[in-house]
Amino acid sequence: MDVQILEKPQDASSDAGDIPSMRSTEHRSHALNSGPRLTAAGAGALLFDPGTRLFDAVMQTRLLAMAKRIDATLCANDTTEVVLGVNNLMLVFNPLELHPNDASEMLLKLWETTDAEVVSERTIEIPVIYGGAAGEDLNALSASAGLSVDEYVRRHSEATYSVACIGSMPGFAYMTGLPPELAVPRRKVPRMKVDEGTVIVGGTQAGVMPCTAPSGWHLLGRTDRRLFDPQNSPPCLFEPGNTVRFIVKGVEA
Amino acid sequence: MIEILSNGAPNLIQDAGRRGHLGFGVSRSGAMDALALAVGNALVGNRHEDAAIEVSLFPFRVRFQEDLDFAVTGADCVVRLDDTQLAPWWGRTAKAGQTLVIERPKRGARAYLCLGGGVDVPSVMGSRSTDLKGAFGGYEGRGLRRGDALRVNIRPPRPFRGAGLGVVPAELPSFWDELSSGLVSVRVVPGAEFQHFTDEARKAFANTDYEITPDANRVGYRLSGAALPLSSPLELLSHGIVPGTVQVPPSGQPIIQLAEANTCGGYPKIATVVEADIWKLGQAPIGSRVRFVLTDVDAAVNTLRDRATEITKVQQTLALMTQRG
Repeated sequence: MDVQILEKPQDASSDAGDIPSMRSTEHRSHALNSGPRLTAAGAGALLFDPGTRLFDAVMQTRLLAMAKRIDATLCANDTTEVVLGVNNLMLVFNPLELHPNDASEMLLKLWETTDAEVVSERTIEIPVIYGGAAGEDLNALSASAGLSVDEYVRRHSEATYSVACIGSMPGFAYMTGLPPELAVPRRKVPRMKVDEGTVIVGGTQAGVMPCTAPSGWHLLGRTDRRLFDPQNSPPCLFEPGNTVRFIVKGVEA
Repeated sequence: MIEILSNGAPNLIQDAGRRGHLGFGVSRSGAMDALALAVGNALVGNRHEDAAIEVSLFPFRVRFQEDLDFAVTGADCVVRLDDTQLAPWWGRTAKAGQTLVIERPKRGARAYLCLGGGVDVPSVMGSRSTDLKGAFGGYEGRGLRRGDALRVNIRPPRPFRGAGLGVVPAELPSFWDELSSGLVSVRVVPGAEFQHFTDEARKAFANTDYEITPDANRVGYRLSGAALPLSSPLELLSHGIVPGTVQVPPSGQPIIQLAEANTCGGYPKIATVVEADIWKLGQAPIGSRVRFVLTDVDAAVNTLRDRATEITKVQQTLALMTQRG
């Protein structure tokens, strides 16, 4: 299954604020423009969208702080889980213990009382060998960005990235911070197999494959760092809020 | 111990699923037909979350290397213990040396072989389910092969009497009638982008059938039917999704995310299949049709409560009948 990450500005006419409220579990604040929106995903999940279409780093920090609060207070048993997205958050719960209406109210209250506090200061370095078979798109990406390969590598490796959230596959980090001139639409036809450790870019984001899986992103190179091990606690190298830097270990033709 | 006699990459150890790790990008996993797993486990006196074998490649053969209680639930299959044919959703005690065969389903797609005590594989991140994406959990993170030997958790013997016994959930006969006609109907609640679809799309979604294409596995099913266009293009930031989510990619042809649903997605969501009905999709074979019936969240909660009550009743009744604690 393909996973889409798209961050293009939206036409105001398609903004969620124009959509009439549909269900009893959908709450909306009375603020101007589009306020927070909650939508049920079945009986036992709610998607909380604070109401933005452009990536907003401050909002992401606030959502991460909210996710940490939910983790600390509600997730002691495994019936409640929180999934941080990119500028949104999903709560998964047992609807026989917590009614969706009560869960909605709780989320809105939490949001109102959570500040955009930074909860992680950790920086993770990822050594990368750019190009070669594992980075077979590097030449084409450099050319389409109008840059030499060395210049492309310099810009990719000198940027500072931030882990927005983990998802889609075990240990996969969606990273923001890709220099705008390196942004590139994802492939129309995803590759069926991209190897673990491949360093990739897609849309306005960067990432590293934590396992061998299909992907529609572009391949820049490879790293030896292991990103996910189910036997470790925590199993993921990255967590939301981490800063990530790619370190050039080599560039292959 | 049981010995697997059939190769089958899609035959997997599954339990009630892996909870608490969505935030690490780790899918729920677990049985595609959670109802069949729960009732099968009840038949052999297990806890509802114990691990069993999910069979989706047939015929499936195993040899018992010790006396063991077992039950086969899920799809409507011919099941034979040596030369004795068993009724559907039936449990009994097998003797060491006996062979069990589960034939290709007459109706349905997946059978569950539950074993008294539960399959003993290491628990990884709180579950014995196989995660195919991460290749961990279950039996070495992979499907079962001929020659694999599965241990079963030791527990005091509580054998079935004679020919054993069976139990069928109230909904099963009408569901099997539906399956015979090649149609499965599931209730859905409108998704976050429901109102972004055209009137025609919303009507088509609720009133026409969608066929399950061969691009169908435990992650999800791609469907084929009337296209579901948006009123205007819509691009979303990546967000959490759950099993049952019905996404519509730019092709207009819906995808239903299932047991190994990606933890995050980005396609517009027209609806979510209610939790109490997801098991039906686990039994819907490629080529069968799905009909979506719109309902609301309160109804989704109520049907889930009814389901939990029914499973508890089945467990209590079986405990009485077999005089198992």
